[in-house]
Amino acid sequence: MNPVNYLYLAALLFTIGATGVLIRRNAIVVFMCIELMLNACNLAFVTFSRMHGNLDGQIIAFFTMVVAAAEVVVGLAIIVSLFRSRHSASVDDASLMKL
Amino acid sequence: MENLIALLVAAPLLGAAVLLCGGRRLDAVGQWIGTVLAGASFVIGVVLFADMLGKDAEHRILIQHLWTWIPVESFQADVTFRLDQLSMTFVLLITGVGSLIHLYSVGYMEHDERRRRFFGYLNLFLAAMLLLVLADNYLLLYVGWEGVGLASYLLIGFWQHKPSAATAAKKAFLVNRVGDMGLSIAIMLMFTTFGTFAFGPVFSHVGETGEGKLTAIGLMLLLAACGKSAQVPLQSWLGDAMEGPTPVSALIHAATMVTAGVYLIVRSGAIFNAAPDAQLAVTVVGAVTLLFGAIVGCAKDDIKKALAGSTMSQIGYMVLAAGLGPIGYVFAIMHLVTHGFFKAGLFLGAGSVMHGMNDEVDMRKYGGLRKYMPVTFITFGLGYLAIIGFPGLSGFFSKDKIIEAAFAKGGTEGWILGGAALLGAAITAFYMTRVMLMTFFGEERWRNQPTRSPEAASAEPAAEHHGEHAEPHPHESPKVMTIPMIVLAVGSVFGGAFFSIGDRFLHWLEPITGHSEGNSPLSAATVTGGTMVCLLIGVGIAYAMYGRRPVPSVAPRGSLLTRAARRDLLQDDFNHVVLVRGGEHLTRSLVYVDHTLVDGVVNGTAASVGGLSGRMRKLQNGFARSYAVSMFGGAAILVAATLLMRAV
Amino acid sequence: MSAQLAAYSTSTGEAFQFWVLGTVAVIGALATVFMKRAVHSALSLAGTMIILAIFYLANGAYFLGIVQIVVYTGAIMMLFLFVVMLVGVTAADSLKETIKGQRWLALLCGLGFGVLLLAGIGNASLKDFNGLGEANANGNVEGLAALIFTKYVFAFEITGALLITAAVGAMVLTHRERTERAKTQRELSEQRVREGKHMPPLPAPGVYARHNAVDIAGLLPDGTPSELTVSKTLRERGQIRDVSAEALNDLRALEQRAEERLERTPIDPANLKRAEEASK
Repeated sequence: MNPVNYLYLAALLFTIGATGVLIRRNAIVVFMCIELMLNACNLAFVTFSRMHGNLDGQIIAFFTMVVAAAEVVVGLAIIVSLFRSRHSASVDDASLMKL
Repeated sequence: MENLIALLVAAPLLGAAVLLCGGRRLDAVGQWIGTVLAGASFVIGVVLFADMLGKDAEHRILIQHLWTWIPVESFQADVTFRLDQLSMTFVLLITGVGSLIHLYSVGYMEHDERRRRFFGYLNLFLAAMLLLVLADNYLLLYVGWEGVGLASYLLIGFWQHKPSAATAAKKAFLVNRVGDMGLSIAIMLMFTTFGTFAFGPVFSHVGETGEGKLTAIGLMLLLAACGKSAQVPLQSWLGDAMEGPTPVSALIHAATMVTAGVYLIVRSGAIFNAAPDAQLAVTVVGAVTLLFGAIVGCAKDDIKKALAGSTMSQIGYMVLAAGLGPIGYVFAIMHLVTHGFFKAGLFLGAGSVMHGMNDEVDMRKYGGLRKYMPVTFITFGLGYLAIIGFPGLSGFFSKDKIIEAAFAKGGTEGWILGGAALLGAAITAFYMTRVMLMTFFGEERWRNQPTRSPEAASAEPAAEHHGEHAEPHPHESPKVMTIPMIVLAVGSVFGGAFFSIGDRFLHWLEPITGHSEGNSPLSAATVTGGTMVCLLIGVGIAYAMYGRRPVPSVAPRGSLLTRAARRDLLQDDFNHVVLVRGGEHLTRSLVYVDHTLVDGVVNGTAASVGGLSGRMRKLQNGFARSYAVSMFGGAAILVAATLLMRAV
Repeated sequence: MSAQLAAYSTSTGEAFQFWVLGTVAVIGALATVFMKRAVHSALSLAGTMIILAIFYLANGAYFLGIVQIVVYTGAIMMLFLFVVMLVGVTAADSLKETIKGQRWLALLCGLGFGVLLLAGIGNASLKDFNGLGEANANGNVEGLAALIFTKYVFAFEITGALLITAAVGAMVLTHRERTERAKTQRELSEQRVREGKHMPPLPAPGVYARHNAVDIAGLLPDGTPSELTVSKTLRERGQIRDVSAEALNDLRALEQRAEERLERTPIDPANLKRAEEASK
């Protein structure tokens, strides 16, 4: 098997995650889909690391994880405060950015 | 000596400043301040004149450079005064006649509450006119020119509570603007052609310049002169300007304002000499105006308007003479000076008549006044004899010379111009005799006039109260008014003879204007004889019409020409139809174009942007997911573009 | 084994593992997107993440594989579950699209993007595989550590700052300052008496209902449900079950069955109404 298949898998997962972001209304699920996209990227980085025979890709994946952790913390805090004020976790309910 | 020149202007200017800024404290003495300062200017003028007489003809030009006004590279505008024989003549006329009118106004405006302001304006008028004639370059002349326009506006509209006066002032100002436009264009042309607008350099460069440019400059100067001197086609303001107080009319018609145009043409003689086409235009304008004014003057029942028509006509003579070139310049100025005397006298006489007749101006309501105001009658009568050219009086000498010069033009033009001038002399005799007869002779038509309000007539005490509507009690004016009239009458009688005998005036002005004798097809005696015949015909017809028959109190319907002349030969109708209507149509079509085309483009752009935005706005639905789709689509397009670029 | 895993050619075992677990990962991802309840999505995502951790291990990223399990599935996903519980575990989302054209656009974009990505990867010349044998020679963790504390030390330090900022930010966002002292039980009861409403305890849920459950509103005498009877949290989440119609339906069914048993014609409702009016 060619390790390129990992990349195909990563692309597939990324696309699924992106589509999920677009079609789900629940902010928590949207957020999970974003995590899925990040993980797909990480898989690609790890595979690249293996292709090039050095560890730089893994380092990038590592940093991605750290940033993702930070993002989750802030994002979930936002969702919680949003839910607290609007009693809803739907991203469509927060549609105030229009005329 | 030349340092005194600035004082000529400064004295009346100081008077204007003091009187207009001084406030009510000066109300009591304002008229005397104005008169004294005008007189001071006259005294300075006389001193300078005496000094000038003591010099040779070559050394009579005095230049006083005050300061450089606009120093910009090659554009150098200096405040420089030039006093030569031509300016001197004007200075004496303006300050002399002006001072007399000031003196007269002291009596005439005695009961006017705002007379301090009136004298301030009069002084301003004198200052502006003196600046005009003393300027050594066209730009400074232009300052005086505009100053005269401003002062005339203020004075014509002095009784601003009367809507007719306010309108007349605006009309005079607007019509003058047209002429001013001509002067400013002429100055610009001069600057581009000669690189300067000072008199000396301009006139010395005339020889090196093409005739086309000179003709253009000349025509523009003529337009300017038409505006200020009320020549056809810019004559319409003069009649309405009679709305101002009578001394103002005298000042405008005799000493200032209307003479400015003649001065401009004579001063620019060097340019006109080199541009025969422009000169021809000047003579045509002069000839047309002298007939036009004379015809209008025949039909007017308002004494001031009849005199206004006469002024227009007499200025027409001067412009005609000025257009004839070196033959005529001297006589134009001579006629201007003599006219200044007798016309000022006539206007002051008319003012005196009005003063005694409760400000009535309709001559049909005068009659037989010679018994009641003898001084006015005699001075007015001398002015009358002078203007019609009675032998020996001043008008005789100056007008006769102009007619002679017109014939001397030669060829068909000479016959036409000379004929027009002769005809004008006959008509002048007619209308002036008419004025004279209707005012001072005949029955006393002012008696038993129908009172304007029957109630006031029936109630005796009320009649006292409504004094203005009661029957007038003609009386002689006070001395302060009659003395200037007497002085002017003396000038009208002897001025012409004094100037003409021994060709004094000719020798005086010749170094400035130049002079040439024309080859008249008619001898001088023939012309004089013809003039006399015309004069007699005019007087005779007038006597037959107004002296032998009673004058009806209500104007008869009259012939078509009379009715047209009563309406100023339809000048206002012409202006209304051609200029006002035309302007309205132009404006309307421009507004239409503006609304449809310009606004259409602008509004169309706005509407299409608005419509597009309205549609684009729907994309902005506030749903984060919709925005995310846009982002995602954009990312997809970027990936596609990247791949495509790699493939290529 | 490590050298083998990191080598250029993959073993048959790895291929088998890839195909089986890869399929499961894709299914997990799809489930994440399409499950109605957030808690199911979270569990599916956790499964996918564990599989990804196995793939990291297979790719020679031992440290990352472990971190993926510990940090992602262990910590982050649990955080998700907490929030899901806060918002409501049982709340099911409607998958019906409300924005016009959004679903089709999203699918189109997703499909296009996916095709482009796959085409891009297919186009790239990814023939040379070096394998991680050399890089992992001194151990994967040591290799990573050497890089992090030398080449990437600044990025590492900045991530520290980022984490602190995120922690502070989360606290700021969720923290609510209490501006006044919390009311005691006594004060609350006094306030109730003063305001004169709800002086007795709130009615219990499920009263007049056949079910006795906290999420079922008690019925008022006229048969309508009273929201007061359900806890405020459930009310706000919109998780009240309305069974009032159910009871009537049951009653109607019971009457019908009784009538069938008694072989009677059903009463004409119009007649019944008139009888009622007559009795009045």
